[in-house]
Amino acid sequence: MPEKTEKLLMKGNEAMAEGALRAGCAAYFCYPITPQSEIPAYMAKHMLERHLVFLQAESETAAISMVYGAAATGARVMTSSSSPGMSLKQEGISYLCGADLPCVLVNVARSGPGLGGISPAQGDYFQSTRGGGHGDYYHIVLAPKDVQECADFTFEAFDLADKWRMPVMVLADGLIGQMMEGVVLPEPKDLSTLLPKPWAVGQQGRTARAFNHVSSMSLVPAELEAAINARFARYDLVRKTETRVTLSNCEKAELVMIGYGSSSRVAWGAIQLAKAQGIEIGLLRPRGLWPFPYDEITELAEQGKKFLCVEMSMGQMIEDVLLAVGARSARSKESSVHFVGRCGGNIPSEEEVFAKAKEILAGRSEPWRLDGRLRSDGSARGAGR
Amino acid sequence: MTEKTFMAGFGGQGIISMGQTWVYAAMKEGLEVTFFPFYGAEKRGGIARASVIVSNDEIASPLVTQAHSVVVMSADSLVIGEEVAAPDALLLLNSDLVKAGHERADLRVIRIPCNSIATKIGDLRIANMVMMGALAEATGALELAHLEAVLKSYFPKSKHGLIPMNIAAVEAGREAVRKA
Repeated sequence: MPEKTEKLLMKGNEAMAEGALRAGCAAYFCYPITPQSEIPAYMAKHMLERHLVFLQAESETAAISMVYGAAATGARVMTSSSSPGMSLKQEGISYLCGADLPCVLVNVARSGPGLGGISPAQGDYFQSTRGGGHGDYYHIVLAPKDVQECADFTFEAFDLADKWRMPVMVLADGLIGQMMEGVVLPEPKDLSTLLPKPWAVGQQGRTARAFNHVSSMSLVPAELEAAINARFARYDLVRKTETRVTLSNCEKAELVMIGYGSSSRVAWGAIQLAKAQGIEIGLLRPRGLWPFPYDEITELAEQGKKFLCVEMSMGQMIEDVLLAVGARSARSKESSVHFVGRCGGNIPSEEEVFAKAKEILAGRSEPWRLDGRLRSDGSARGAGR
Repeated sequence: MTEKTFMAGFGGQGIISMGQTWVYAAMKEGLEVTFFPFYGAEKRGGIARASVIVSNDEIASPLVTQAHSVVVMSADSLVIGEEVAAPDALLLLNSDLVKAGHERADLRVIRIPCNSIATKIGDLRIANMVMMGALAEATGALELAHLEAVLKSYFPKSKHGLIPMNIAAVEAGREAVRKA
């Protein structure tokens, strides 16, 4: 294993895999899919030589069920996939959430719907942040913007999963997974410091304790309601303590761009183009998508800031921004929310994002409407071509 | 200093390895780097492109849409190369394969016969290293001082015998720009 201080050139996918190994990932179950297949390749190479559990399952549904089984024994466990594969895993994710099992899920998203394409996209925001399977649940979602954060966030995801007893998703995209950058890897986790898991199954013979039963099933409505209420009380604590957001250059700016992952980097490039022309624009970057930084956005809305959401989708995160601005802010009328995005595997350019920002500042941009009506000039929503 | 480079050619020409070696060398020179590849599903002959940025500062979008320098290794790639080039950008052409004239008058064009130079040194497959030397010389973005160490980590041990030839190719590329 390379030394900590050494800067390595790695793909985002490889950095996520190495971050997981350094966090003590003991078992990994997968099914290959572009653009994340470097993760299983890396795990196969490095887990087998260390006698850890690597298994390529017969399908995504089998892999996520294996994650459930391994997590129930208390092991640190991970799976990874890309959008269509994540859809297949949703049943298992719902079960994991219902059974309060910690695990790490990596989605290197591509364009959809359906089989879609293999190019990067952010169209899985709704699925990732709203509980993509059935039933009442959430799980933490982290959104890395570069290769360094791929390693760091995946590493930390294991601690968060154990702490809150829930799956933690690392939501990247094909751009972040495939690109190479310099990365300083985190120091390997001291596995003697891991939280005890007295709820885990197995080892009764050795400990002589009572049997543990890990299940999401509860056929008595009152008992199921009580379990869900207890889980949602935990969600409130997660909202209070695990909201992650970075604000840059917002004080002097009339307009603040909001974007996560790849889009936040395009936005930051557009902000540099603006700076070169003497225009100050801010950036609000959610580093986590659930919980979402509603309060920070509301606060900026109350200062009368305008917002430009930059996404690689037809507009999904923007609905959370509208929740923060519209419903919660008394002075929201001065604020307005605008959108620029591309879909289908295209990435907005810094130049087209800056052009949209100039439209907003000149009062020539129609705010986003949730009712999906066309803009008054008759053109379709967003900047899609 | 920020140098955004767009590299284009066909699969098998070493576009991806040129981009990776370029950013690897830049990282060894203490710069921030990003490399984003785009290539066809074919093993040989499909499109191969790379967005490559080296900079003293934090790098924003890894996607190069306004390139300071454009490397075109094959005739088919000239159109996309000219599309991505920023105003007055540097356009480096592999003149053995790119025979057609370019459209944009604002571009600073340097023609390097990468294939002929590589073949003369000993192997057509190092044409990409000829071009990388030319890119370093023409942009001044990298010194390529740690090239030997970079190539040693990039290639498996069994291929280390080829490193002197690769370094000779890079030198020949530099020389071709000095003479151009």
